[in-house]
Amino acid sequence: MKYVDEFRRQDLAKKVSRAIHNEVDRGRRYNLMEFCGGHTHAIFRYGVQDLMPDNVRFVHGPGCPVCVLPVGRIDNAIQLAQQHDVILCTYGDMLRVPGSGRKSLLKIKAEGADVRMVYSTQDALKIARDNPGREVVFFAIGFETTTPPTAVAIRQAQAEGLKNFSVFCNHVLTPAAIQNILESPEVREIGSVLIDGFFGPSHVSSVIGSQPYEFFAEEFQRPVVIAGFEPLDVMQSALMLIRQLNEGRHDVENEYTRVVSRDGNRKAKALVAEVFELRRSFEWRGLGLVPYSALRIKSAYAGFDTEKRFDVPAIQASDVKGCECPSILRGVKKPTDCKLFGTVCTPENPMGSCMVSSEGACAAYWTYGRFRDPTTAREASA
Amino acid sequence: MCLAIPAQVVEIDDVSDSGTVALGPVRKRISLALVDDVSVGDFVLIHVGYALNKISPEEAERTLALFGEAELVEELAAAPGGGAT
Repeated sequence: MKYVDEFRRQDLAKKVSRAIHNEVDRGRRYNLMEFCGGHTHAIFRYGVQDLMPDNVRFVHGPGCPVCVLPVGRIDNAIQLAQQHDVILCTYGDMLRVPGSGRKSLLKIKAEGADVRMVYSTQDALKIARDNPGREVVFFAIGFETTTPPTAVAIRQAQAEGLKNFSVFCNHVLTPAAIQNILESPEVREIGSVLIDGFFGPSHVSSVIGSQPYEFFAEEFQRPVVIAGFEPLDVMQSALMLIRQLNEGRHDVENEYTRVVSRDGNRKAKALVAEVFELRRSFEWRGLGLVPYSALRIKSAYAGFDTEKRFDVPAIQASDVKGCECPSILRGVKKPTDCKLFGTVCTPENPMGSCMVSSEGACAAYWTYGRFRDPTTAREASA
Repeated sequence: MCLAIPAQVVEIDDVSDSGTVALGPVRKRISLALVDDVSVGDFVLIHVGYALNKISPEEAERTLALFGEAELVEELAAAPGGGAT
């Protein structure tokens, strides 16, 4: 497959790996946080960690939208489907995420609720057109990548005069979350979590561009390299971060130039700005309330806002006891530090969101067997 | 969630702002509402049924060349008297 196979070539991976081994300073450690679950997945699937020197460590971040959605919002979706008799449409990732009382959208579907998995917002619109007598709610989640398609759907629904379609908006923003991690006491207090540099997200950046990262590269003096999702992209970006750290620089660099520009996708950004506005704050699992970190639908499109059309109460719900998802999402703990990991919590029977989504750190550890790796086990027990 | 796959545009329908992409033998109808100036033959990133961005063939080549260069720097550094500063 073009633009995929060549970025997975083993011979090139060996070259980049040799260059990294050659250029690292043996006297220091390099803690590099990949914000995005897509990178976590690439690192595990292709064994990128094994191609790094011992003093280069990947710290997994909260960039998995399924993982960071608080339990209360899942409970809201379950209530909508059960109590308001709506057709609830959502992306496949959301179906198995446990809400309160171990309920999930998949379980309530089995009990008779009308929950439908869609591939695209266009599918949700079609369901609304085909069922004019029913209320259709699109349970929208995701970062800046998934937001523009939701904006297109809302505009299209308005243009078509679809009266039975609304969006339960849970779209969140990447820069706000990275800033929150950098400002957290764990990162500020020396010795608990050290993050020396960041891999910037691939496809989020294709929409927002590289410009939004310039502020915190400067403010927090940490280098950022925007990296593609293929294993060679991740390795080359690690090399670029290592070079910056060796030289004492903290710039925003872009490895994923085949897709990402400084300004991003202007058309997509304009559509998002037309339909959405910032929420004053939004709860993230693991990070708590993060100011200006999520979007809501503007009042001009209130007719398509599920939270205006239905009673959607704020629900305070807690995670399953013993689940370490919150600490794992902040990069403070590893999946192997969680008592539930691999015992009662597996992808077939997930207790926490990080085990559900393929982008979650727990699912990546489990799927690619990294927890059986002697180095990982040693580190975990250290 | 943010994963996207590169695919080639084989057909464009200006009226509905959509198109068809080919991924090996698979063909899929996608929305082109988020991108400008797409032509048949272009590679685009597909995400939840939408083309998110065009892929630049020139930049892809440049990045691939960088992977090879990494070793060149290494060789220079390893050579006696050489240095990659």
